[in-house]
Amino acid sequence: MVLGTYKEALSARSTDKQIQKISQDGGIVTALLSFALDEKIIDGAVVAGPGKNMWKPEPMVAMTSDEILAAAGTKYTFSPNVWALKEAVRQYGLEKVGTVAIPCQTMGIRKMQSYPFGVRFVADKIALLIGVYCMENFPFESLRTFISEKMGVSPDLVEKMDIGKGKFWVYTADEELSIPLKETHGYEQNGCNVCLDYVAELADVSTGSVGSPDGWSTVLTRTDAGESVFKLAVDAGLIETKPMENVKPGMGLLEKLATDKKTKNQKTIDDRIAMGLPVPYKASTEKEDPLANY
Amino acid sequence: MLARIKEFLGMESKPSDAGEVVSKEEVEKVAEEKPKPKIGYIHLSGCTGDVMSLSENYDILAPLLTEMVDIVYGQTLVDRWDIPEMDIALVEGSVCLQDEHSLHEIKEVREKAGLVVAFGSCAATGCFTRYSRGGQQAQPAHESFVPIADVVNVDLSIPGCPPSPEIIAKTVVAVLNNDMDYLQPMMDLVGYTEACGCDLQLKIVNQALCIGCGTCAMACQTRALDMTDGRPELNSDRCVKCGVCYIQCPRSWWPMERIKKDTGL
Repeated sequence: MVLGTYKEALSARSTDKQIQKISQDGGIVTALLSFALDEKIIDGAVVAGPGKNMWKPEPMVAMTSDEILAAAGTKYTFSPNVWALKEAVRQYGLEKVGTVAIPCQTMGIRKMQSYPFGVRFVADKIALLIGVYCMENFPFESLRTFISEKMGVSPDLVEKMDIGKGKFWVYTADEELSIPLKETHGYEQNGCNVCLDYVAELADVSTGSVGSPDGWSTVLTRTDAGESVFKLAVDAGLIETKPMENVKPGMGLLEKLATDKKTKNQKTIDDRIAMGLPVPYKASTEKEDPLANY
Repeated sequence: MLARIKEFLGMESKPSDAGEVVSKEEVEKVAEEKPKPKIGYIHLSGCTGDVMSLSENYDILAPLLTEMVDIVYGQTLVDRWDIPEMDIALVEGSVCLQDEHSLHEIKEVREKAGLVVAFGSCAATGCFTRYSRGGQQAQPAHESFVPIADVVNVDLSIPGCPPSPEIIAKTVVAVLNNDMDYLQPMMDLVGYTEACGCDLQLKIVNQALCIGCGTCAMACQTRALDMTDGRPELNSDRCVKCGVCYIQCPRSWWPMERIKKDTGL
């Protein structure tokens, strides 16, 4: 299964006009975390909050919907959110923690839950893990470099960044600029090139723009916890949905991108193994399912 | 190893079906019919933090200690001076090479125990006792402290300073259920005796594997790690060489099958 195990796939967006305005696509992460907070399904959430430098996020423990809203929108560089989970439990004393994670962070969290060697009483406090689709991540200086040198605009003027239609986009107050993604390859961090997970296969619920029309997100509900909170938010009228069969470009594109990432990165894994370099995954020749995440 | 665990649970280990999954009924039957595993707690040079972490499993501790296992040896736990035969020896603390009693004790434990478990980072990696340099009261000559695997063969390694109460409970249950798949990483960790926070730099960052997720910094038990520009940055003054940061990293080893089982995904 190239998209991992999931219960339901839907196209969805937040019905909240404010979230729609600020968020990246359908505003699913913001809507779900705010809803879970209001309903006391979680006591707080670890999110990629605004940092000192514009576009350089810092992990933040959000205790209110406003703080979650302030962290809305995709940042294309690191925010080590897993780091702040312990802070959320220890300093903030949270019993039920929500968080948003890219696939590698989801993997770190799930490994910690299965094998909590040194992580005392954090594993059982993760109440909601929302995963976002991720092809690759850029070091902050990479991002600055290709925006200023290749796109010819100061990163400080950028108001929104986006990836879509095969391009990297930036929006300033009066300009809309893009370069083909081909030109950003080589700027991503190398660790991403062995990652076999595009759609956060181990999250409670995963979401991202791919597969849905502009302003909407594709949602995969995976665990009982993920399905439950998503359904409650839909029933409460905070999220509206459409069947995936009725939207374009649809599931085909999501499956294609996930397959592309796995195929390309499995080759990197095979090459590394052939060179004798360490990698925690199996060679393609050892795998029953070449698209599996191990 | 497999044979030994099966043996003390009363299961015959046949080489032909070594990989076969033992049914739940079989395990329960064995648990009913066979004597409870005998466990000893051996305390070498450690701070007692590991046994405190074990006792933090209060919700399962009473049934664990009384119904599931027999504690046959251990300071403060059992009134006994000589080391008896036992199925599992949990060893806390590193071995002081100048302390002949410690050397003698660990060797005797190795002879009398079916499984020797390096329990906690001092036993597993040396941890903070690696910084010992002698010259202190009450034993000024004591300066050389090594993980127990330097002196005897070890079967399982459970690092952590201390190991979390959960990993202790999970390990004990896995041993009782003969869940070798769960224990496999702990068998693999037996060779990991020279741990350091710098392993992240050498084995993850320098090997083009780091993705800046922050799991290592979360796992660090002494706050020796910061994340700087998406990479772990070690404050070596704070690092105790417990090894947990590297062990917890999703790019050092990846237990996908177990995670699938645990999450149902």
